[in-house]
Amino acid sequence: MTERLDGPQTPRGGGDAARGASPGPDETSEKTGETSPVATHPALEDVASGEDGTTSSAPPALATGGPAAAKVSYGGSGNLGPSPKVALYFLLPAAVLLGAWVIYPIVYSLIRSLYDGGGDTFVGISNYTAIFSDSGTLTTIRNNLIWVVVAPSLVTVLGLIFAVLTERIRWATAFKLIVFMPMAVSLLASGVIFRLVYEQDPDKGVANAVITSVHDLFASSSSYPNARPRENDAAPDLVDKGAVVTRQAVQVGQQVLLPLVGMRPDALPDGAVAAKQAPPASGGLSGTVWLDFAPGGGTPNQIDGTEKGLPDVTVEAVAGTEVKATTTTAADGTFSFPGLAAGQYQVRLPQSNFTQQFGGVTWLGPALITPAIIGAFIWVWAGFAMVLIAAGLSAIPRDALEAARIDGATEWQVFRRITIPLLSPVLLVVLVTMIINTLKVFDLVFVIAPGSVQPNANVIALEMWRVSFGGGGNQGLGSALAIFLLILVLPFMIINIRRFRRDQA
Amino acid sequence: MTTLTASQPGTATGAGAPRRGVISRVVDKLGGGLVQIVLIVLALFWLMPTLGLLVVSLRGDTDNNSSGWWTFFTKPAQITFENYSNLLASGFTSSFWNTVAITVPATILVIGIAAMAGYAFAWMEFPGRDGLFLVVIALLVVPIQIALIPIAKMYGALGIFGSIPGVVLFHVAFGLPFAIFLLRNFFAGIPKELLEAARMDGAAEWKIFATVVFPLAKPAVASLGIFQFLWVWNDLLVALVFADTGSQPMTKALQSQMRQFGTNVDILAPGAFLSLIIPLVLFFSFQRYFVQGLLAGSVK
Repeated sequence: MTERLDGPQTPRGGGDAARGASPGPDETSEKTGETSPVATHPALEDVASGEDGTTSSAPPALATGGPAAAKVSYGGSGNLGPSPKVALYFLLPAAVLLGAWVIYPIVYSLIRSLYDGGGDTFVGISNYTAIFSDSGTLTTIRNNLIWVVVAPSLVTVLGLIFAVLTERIRWATAFKLIVFMPMAVSLLASGVIFRLVYEQDPDKGVANAVITSVHDLFASSSSYPNARPRENDAAPDLVDKGAVVTRQAVQVGQQVLLPLVGMRPDALPDGAVAAKQAPPASGGLSGTVWLDFAPGGGTPNQIDGTEKGLPDVTVEAVAGTEVKATTTTAADGTFSFPGLAAGQYQVRLPQSNFTQQFGGVTWLGPALITPAIIGAFIWVWAGFAMVLIAAGLSAIPRDALEAARIDGATEWQVFRRITIPLLSPVLLVVLVTMIINTLKVFDLVFVIAPGSVQPNANVIALEMWRVSFGGGGNQGLGSALAIFLLILVLPFMIINIRRFRRDQA
Repeated sequence: MTTLTASQPGTATGAGAPRRGVISRVVDKLGGGLVQIVLIVLALFWLMPTLGLLVVSLRGDTDNNSSGWWTFFTKPAQITFENYSNLLASGFTSSFWNTVAITVPATILVIGIAAMAGYAFAWMEFPGRDGLFLVVIALLVVPIQIALIPIAKMYGALGIFGSIPGVVLFHVAFGLPFAIFLLRNFFAGIPKELLEAARMDGAAEWKIFATVVFPLAKPAVASLGIFQFLWVWNDLLVALVFADTGSQPMTKALQSQMRQFGTNVDILAPGAFLSLIIPLVLFFSFQRYFVQGLLAGSVK
């Protein structure tokens, strides 16, 4: 049970340890023929043996079963076979479905893309020129380009790191299951999951909760962005260059009052208690910073019994232009500077007390939306890359690695010069699969991007749906976009076919 | 303490340790510890989003609006099944059964139709066989967007637009290339002697397929089945276009609530969690076949 994720190892361990190092696909197929086909999956074994790097460098995805299987079946199997008419019956259901649901639509879309939105007027290639001239669709193409460049390589690199790291631990299977699990979950559910992760409010979204608490480790967490002195001459304090300062210079021994308004009493930090007059500091200054407002009024510029102090406010004692001492207020808003040299001071609450509190990152805003969705994509697909690459790793002959180590190669050299080249076919498969996936990406963008930023996050597959079904109503342009998407995956189609034909030869 | 450090090298060499220095082994140990810590952090990182969804789905609206789901660890009393009972009372169950009614036939049909075609490609001789199989391979990467508009037109003409059979047939058609590819490769690996013996006996081709070949293909069918099942169960786009409100699966029902994400969390979180329970159970029970299918056909 616990070993199941190491799928490709199973056939090797199943009484045929040499297979991992088998020199070529032919041998694999012969062995498959000898052993029971129920216990061993020819396609699987082929991946495992193809990944040892002794076969060609092309993706094993199509080598899958290809070389091994092909030789068996094409090696004159038909002598005793039934007539082509029987074959027709076997093929008919698949042929009808593929013909009517896949091939006919390709032809239809190709023709439809040359007509206008309603389908009545022939417009030539103007739907295609519209794709490349409209700024909205150009944004979708740019976004798809970002996706294709960034996401597949990140997924592949992460998968490689995970696969290498898990080789060294006992609970590798548990780790693989955890990372692999998102692949079983629908992209819609993944989208809901990440909408929660990316919530702006640090009290809801876990991403911002982590970021703000890390941020708060390095910066004061208390902030009073709206607090200000009363704007009249009777107030003992005033605003000077963003900071709040005492109106008059104060002497050592004095008790300073710094009343602030502009906040609701219930917006104060939880720790705030009733403000009180600060006790005189011996040979220094003391004072109180408080919210000079209480429900029902209160006397301006006086500490009434119910008014709350402002805790954790930074206070500076300034002589001339020089800061002589710095402290922060207590829960009741009091502060003191004991042991100041005699003379005239100005008490200042620096601007840092009043700057807007850091509220986390706007993940779902126009600027970060695509990176945020790519993050969700990586969460979904890293497990896929890891499992494929781990299968490739387990198929690498240990002898080659040991030989290099004995020759004095460092672990890094072994990894860089032996492991990576032997893995390159698998890495290529992962990369290509992810490129195809990112070209077609739809659900995650559709679900995670809020309606207002969807134009910024838009991708071709989503735009195709939007213009054809999501209110756009222009099926000519929609068909052109679908054909454009097909053209983008065409190179991979050709790679697959060429690969398969080479295996047949 | 001193005895420990003094005795350790002795016991290590005594146990026949290789010629590696004490330092390199210490570095290895520390490195191993570091790897463990990094992997634990990564595992938590991968678990957290889903865990968050579960906890959010189990908390009341007011709790979700006033504090983060992680406060549940200090205040477990927040747990309530109210969201789930509200959701089930609101008619979400019908979309659950729609998902089942779409997924089960789509999976069975793909397996049956692809097995027949795969058998023909692997063990029958007919003109154009190789060319046709190349067409199947070419169709592996065709994006489903290409068929949305034409098939919508076709369904409109046939009168099955918005119905469950329409959604099922679309899934079957686009599941076929991968399924035929996978099964044909598996069938081709079956020993020739087995078939030849059956054909010598004069068994009908249909009988050979049903009684000899198909039963041998259980592992491949399991891999294919789980993939097709998950693919259809989790689909949103096909349902979005071809299902109407009466036939919509869970994904589409939930998607329609996304517009007011903030106020609909009490529907979306339990709904999303319900929709992923069956895939997760399947995944954990059949992960071996899941991985095998993945390794066999990572083309799509």
